[in-house]
Amino acid sequence: MEKAIEAVNLTKYYGSFLAVDGVSFSVKSGEVFGFLGPNGAGKTTTIRMVTGLLRPNSGEVRVLGCNMLDEREKIRAREKTGIVPEMANPYVDLTAMQNLRLMGELYGMSKAEIEKRSLELLREFGLYEKRNVKVRGFSKGMRQRLIIAMAMVADPELYFLDEPTSGLDVISARLIKDVIREEKRAGKTIFLTTHNMDDANELCERIGIIRRGKLIAIDTPEKLKQLVKGRVSVEVSFEPMKFDPSVLSSALKVEPMGDKVKIYTKDPDKTVKELVRYAEREKLRIVSLRTLSPSLEDVFMELVGGRND
Amino acid sequence: MIDQLKRSFAVAKKDMLIFYLKGPVVIMGLLFPFFLFLAFLIGRNLPDEQLFVGLTAMTAFFTSTAVGPTIIPWECRGRTFERLITAPVSLTTVLLGDFQASLYFGLAITFAIAVPAVLYFSLGLGWVIFITATLLAVGTFSAMTVLLSSYPPTDVPADVMMLTSLAKFSLLFISGIFVPLEKLPSYGRLVSYISPLTYYVDALRHSLGRGYLPLWIDLGMLVLFGIAFFFAGVAVHKRVLEKRFT
Repeated sequence: MEKAIEAVNLTKYYGSFLAVDGVSFSVKSGEVFGFLGPNGAGKTTTIRMVTGLLRPNSGEVRVLGCNMLDEREKIRAREKTGIVPEMANPYVDLTAMQNLRLMGELYGMSKAEIEKRSLELLREFGLYEKRNVKVRGFSKGMRQRLIIAMAMVADPELYFLDEPTSGLDVISARLIKDVIREEKRAGKTIFLTTHNMDDANELCERIGIIRRGKLIAIDTPEKLKQLVKGRVSVEVSFEPMKFDPSVLSSALKVEPMGDKVKIYTKDPDKTVKELVRYAEREKLRIVSLRTLSPSLEDVFMELVGGRND
Repeated sequence: MIDQLKRSFAVAKKDMLIFYLKGPVVIMGLLFPFFLFLAFLIGRNLPDEQLFVGLTAMTAFFTSTAVGPTIIPWECRGRTFERLITAPVSLTTVLLGDFQASLYFGLAITFAIAVPAVLYFSLGLGWVIFITATLLAVGTFSAMTVLLSSYPPTDVPADVMMLTSLAKFSLLFISGIFVPLEKLPSYGRLVSYISPLTYYVDALRHSLGRGYLPLWIDLGMLVLFGIAFFFAGVAVHKRVLEKRFT
């Protein structure tokens, strides 16, 4: 399959600080690729190099076959690319429609195309009724939906979405995730950075994890989970809720979580049996009991060491 | 090329919708030159020609330099600049759009003030010289804002406004508005040649039949200053672009 993005040995210094250290990866056409990392790991610097905003100190990057280090080729690639930068805002002194028109004009679309596509997107993102209202009065969720609509106005082949659901209400976040799935179904390539492990797990076919400027893992979510095979856990809730961790010989770690406890174990069968015996002995009712395979969050925590960079 | 020009007009339209009515633009572009003109006028028994030249030159200079310097800092502060610069436009295209926003503002206000002033004072004006000189001068001053907005790469509009005001007032006072070139001492005349406003003031006097330098020098210098300001501005903007995101 053709490569939509190819980054080779990207390196970026800010003064003497090495922000990104020889990062290489490729994203296939039609793939949803997640890029994860703790704060300060180099995600945004990498995305800015790949989109041609920052020039790497060394390395090469091609997007849709265009060399992003060449000014003309970069503009050619951007004509087929929709970009949502981290924390970007629409123009608050313009209406939603004016924001979309501006983007359409910057992508060189005709007036008729812009009008048609803008109205379609405003309906899709639930902003049609507010199309002539200045964005200053929009909520964060509405602004983010508009920013994504602006990236979609030219119906690009490739999207770069930097934290598209960050800080959003459940409804807006779900709408944006549905749009990402829809674009994937339409054959679009999506490069996504997120802090939300559930989003990454649900949406991405492959995931790259960056830490301290280095790409430390890159694989499918399920294969990444196998890296922490031992971290199977059992979650249990009793009524009344009381629990003595010393009764479990099989527990590796016990984490209280609200009205339940999560027990990490290498032998879930033995842990479950010990929990049932404990409940019978203490005359506790088991409200819930389930075994959990390692989550992407567990993988992430294991790989990045549980700290921001 | 044509495509990028069209896109630069889209940037200019956006600037017109957003920035023309911002407080600092109205203050520095309209109110300030008005009061400066009153200060220039009151208590001095000046001939109508000199009043017209002073009024027109100050209006052109202040209006065309009011919008441009603050656009990029405002965009950075509002977190819209990264979105704009990652659209399929070059940085030069964006700056050309900002240049046009200054140009249209400067031209509209200058002609709106100067034409009634000509009629009011009943001046025998050489219209071709006046219009040519005004187009070139407003273009040059607008290009100057591309350079003025380039450094420091800040997201605080007030920082840029302060430095811009410093540069503008220095240029204003050496430009022969308050004292005509022929009455300046020779060192004063030499200093005045570093200001593009000097050549516009002199070209306006030509339009009234009494310039000091040859007209072709006035117009040629305005063109040279305009080109130099724009390309120097683009070069500095390109150099500091990354600093706006780090």
